[in-house]
Amino acid sequence: MSRNAILGAIRRGLKRGELPQDQQEMLRDRMARHPRHLIPARSRLPHGEQVALFIARLEAEFGTLERVPDASQVPQAVADYLAGQNLPPRLAMAPHPELQALPWSSLPLLSVEARRAEGTDMVSVQHGYAGIAETGTLMLPSAPERPTTLNLLAETAIVVLRAADVVGAYEEAWDRLRGAGPMPRNVMLVTGPSRSADIEQTLELGAHGPRRLHVILVDEPGPPP
Amino acid sequence: MYITSPQFKENAARALADARLQKALSRTGSHAKRARAVAALPEFERLRDTGRDIKNHTLANLDFYLEAYAEKVEAAGGHVHWCGTADEARAAVLEICRKAGARTVTKGKSMISEELGINDHLEANGIRPVETDLGEYILQLRREPPSHIIGPAFHLNREDWEESFRRSHTDLPADRVFHERRDILAEARTRLREAFLAADVGITGANFLIAETGSSVIVTNEGNGDLTQTLPRVHVVLASIEKVVPTLEDCTSLLRLLARSATGQDFSVYTTFSTGARRPADLDGPEEYHVVLVDNGRSAMVGTEFQDMLRCIRCAACMNHCPVYGVTGGHAYGWVYPGPMGSVLTPSLVGVDKAAHLPNASSFCGRCESVCPVRIPLPKMMRHWREREFERHLTPLPQRRALGLWGWLARRPGAYRLAARLGMGALGLLGRGRGAFTWMPGAAGWTRGRDLPAPEPGGTFMDRYARQRRGAGE
Repeated sequence: MSRNAILGAIRRGLKRGELPQDQQEMLRDRMARHPRHLIPARSRLPHGEQVALFIARLEAEFGTLERVPDASQVPQAVADYLAGQNLPPRLAMAPHPELQALPWSSLPLLSVEARRAEGTDMVSVQHGYAGIAETGTLMLPSAPERPTTLNLLAETAIVVLRAADVVGAYEEAWDRLRGAGPMPRNVMLVTGPSRSADIEQTLELGAHGPRRLHVILVDEPGPPP
Repeated sequence: MYITSPQFKENAARALADARLQKALSRTGSHAKRARAVAALPEFERLRDTGRDIKNHTLANLDFYLEAYAEKVEAAGGHVHWCGTADEARAAVLEICRKAGARTVTKGKSMISEELGINDHLEANGIRPVETDLGEYILQLRREPPSHIIGPAFHLNREDWEESFRRSHTDLPADRVFHERRDILAEARTRLREAFLAADVGITGANFLIAETGSSVIVTNEGNGDLTQTLPRVHVVLASIEKVVPTLEDCTSLLRLLARSATGQDFSVYTTFSTGARRPADLDGPEEYHVVLVDNGRSAMVGTEFQDMLRCIRCAACMNHCPVYGVTGGHAYGWVYPGPMGSVLTPSLVGVDKAAHLPNASSFCGRCESVCPVRIPLPKMMRHWREREFERHLTPLPQRRALGLWGWLARRPGAYRLAARLGMGALGLLGRGRGAFTWMPGAAGWTRGRDLPAPEPGGTFMDRYARQRRGAGE
């Protein structure tokens, strides 16, 4: 069987048999402890400065961002952004309780459907799990209330992120995710809108994924009332 | 994939005379981009050590980590198909596609897929593979192999894109105008959206496999890989055995090196970790998740002087910085992996008898090693291949004779110095007055690009050295 043949060939190359139990135990322990390696100092900052770094890195990667003082202002910020971009007031939104609790009904002209994205959607709104200051990266793990298609299919992707969920390095975001349960089916780390440099090595935005990535950063700590 | 590595010399000569190719190759910017990204991260050199150490630790325990990884994949509801050879891997992929009743298969960019020749195999069996990476897509239209491991269409110019799109997308008005590169991109986006939504199976590669979680990781800028693995009912991951790393932290440290070394980005746009199939209550994601785990010659490298090559994370920094790649392009190398990493890997995977030219296609300038994020000693390994080539009598006879003569002289210092003195004297006499030779018998290829300076009077290096020592002693 191929499995045994491959493992056997590796062991012959390493000039040993299967690892002794105590060594296997050590390696299992290493995986359980998952030690961190060198983490660049650039994100080791007080939280306020981490948020500023996150914003600066996101904008350097062609993302845009608007800061709102509390969650109740998110629907208006979304509506204003769509109007400013000449986009229709229709969107597919993650069926996340924090997003669904927002006062969308105060904007009767905005059509909001809580579901996964389809190929015809022009705008999506996703729930941001964490922001990583080191490179201006969003962590978007899949869940029933956070469908992956919302990160990908619409030309304009909006992500609602609480400032309190901005961390410094990737490792901090992994620890949060581990604390929340088993590894989700899909975890996307997204840094700016989709792009390609395949034509003459010249960067063009909007390849297969979103052409625009807009983050609405909510300063209010804790879930909305 | 069809191999033309034995004709490297002819391939290279053709590449040098190809004006369109030379135009494409002259578009360099990758050095500066990498240099900027590296300069912005003071810890970069230490991270290279970390990356090397993580990979070495994994390779020393590769059997353990592969089994741990497979166990986790299965625990998350995925399937692992262990494949020793390319044949087994092709059969495994076809079997999965057939069971899924697949007619259309979308594909993310994957070098191992090129190595295995997955597309041809699917097509021969009535299944339509659609490459979705923009560069791979145009190459599929043109029926060409990639010429670079991260920028597959590196060798093409804008007019090639326009020409291919006009020829292939015949349902669109023939007189449409591509004002900007963006218009080409938009046409591909629309075209491929249809394929994404129609596909029954999505095949991606993997940049890393994580033993701790059973995850496969892909890194892209376009988002095509993510659409490929999210929309169809079945996701197939093609990955070779050396892609495994122990933990998310290990992977993260390597990711800090990958994009900076590859494109000079701090981080690629999409870095995605996939673990098993759709969970209960999930609204999207594939219902089946398969990993086709491929050896195809790699386990035989473990424990040899080529083991370090298995550290490679496929960033392409070595070829971006290679003066040979820079003038021949990737196709001349004649197989899947071009540039310095290919010159080491190709002989390991297809045999030095077919690929002996590749480790010779190097001036040993050492730039590849100096930029390798996991510090692979590429020139040293090319040297090992040259030794093997010589041992196996694959080196052409005139070259063997010359090497034999040189070896004889090198072991006899007296004779060596005499020969050097005679040779220098003769060249010095012939070159007196002109200062340099623009042509040398037997070295016309070399002098075509540069002059050989005529030796100045004053004797050989050893003569001068001896004189100077005597002088200093007085």
